[in-house]
Amino acid sequence: MWMYDKKLEYPIKIKNPDPRMAKLIITQYGGPDGELGASLRYLSQRFSMVTPEAKAILNDIGTEELAHLEMIGTMVRQLTRGISTKEIEESGFAAYYVDHDTAVYPVSASGTPFTAAYIQSKGDPITDLYENMAAEQKARSTYEYLLDLADDPDVIGPLRFLREREIVHFQRFGEALRIVQDFLAEKRYSFPCDKTEPCR
Amino acid sequence: MMTREQPCKEQPRKEQLLKEITALDFYIIDLHLFLDTHPGETEAIETYNRCVMKVKELREEYNRLYGMLLANMSTSCEPWQWIENPWPWQKKFNFELTEEKS
Repeated sequence: MWMYDKKLEYPIKIKNPDPRMAKLIITQYGGPDGELGASLRYLSQRFSMVTPEAKAILNDIGTEELAHLEMIGTMVRQLTRGISTKEIEESGFAAYYVDHDTAVYPVSASGTPFTAAYIQSKGDPITDLYENMAAEQKARSTYEYLLDLADDPDVIGPLRFLREREIVHFQRFGEALRIVQDFLAEKRYSFPCDKTEPCR
Repeated sequence: MMTREQPCKEQPRKEQLLKEITALDFYIIDLHLFLDTHPGETEAIETYNRCVMKVKELREEYNRLYGMLLANMSTSCEPWQWIENPWPWQKKFNFELTEEKS
């Protein structure tokens, strides 16, 4: 289960609205390499993961990704507070506005709604951990592209924080992969698990 | 009915306290992930335990003076404080970090 902590993982206080940036940042909410996909991917994969270390890392990174999802939603919301019709028209935010006003909806920067097709949960722990390492790198790249297009320190701060977390998660998944590989290399176990022997 | 030594209202220390809790929580999250793949690192476990004990104190102080943070682990004044604005996504809830000098 989860318990809500009524605060953000990293503070977000954006003084100047910027619908152009909101339209781009929304991709980390519901886009192909976004935080919703990340949390769903890890929290789904954990059910079939092996070794205590790898189960824990999927559970706990999946949980942290939910906090990141909240940060992205917060940024989008604050970036669109009190914007005028003129600003909406001139910033490229109009297409989003007609579908969602300034509400937060899981969609990519180019307008594709979130789909579970962005993620995989394959049942093979090696396959899943490689997918996750790739996912962390894709998210890091996305944050770097967003940083290229951002000019407000209030926006750059949280984006830099999120980018750094992708690097840490990549590192932890790499360590989990090594642990799982060592575990599977032990001859007395096989994967898929021998049904006559309990899986670790 | 729950009584408190001080009324539950805004105080200047609120932001500082929230900042300290947020910083410690982040350290705890990062150590937690590290320990998931390094369960034998005793020094990290000691640091982790120390941070958890410290943040527990700060959270109790925040709860006593300013209201509820963690659901199921915080007590409430009357009326029910959980529903109080601002929520974490509101600008007013958050604090600014001092600019990094680069």
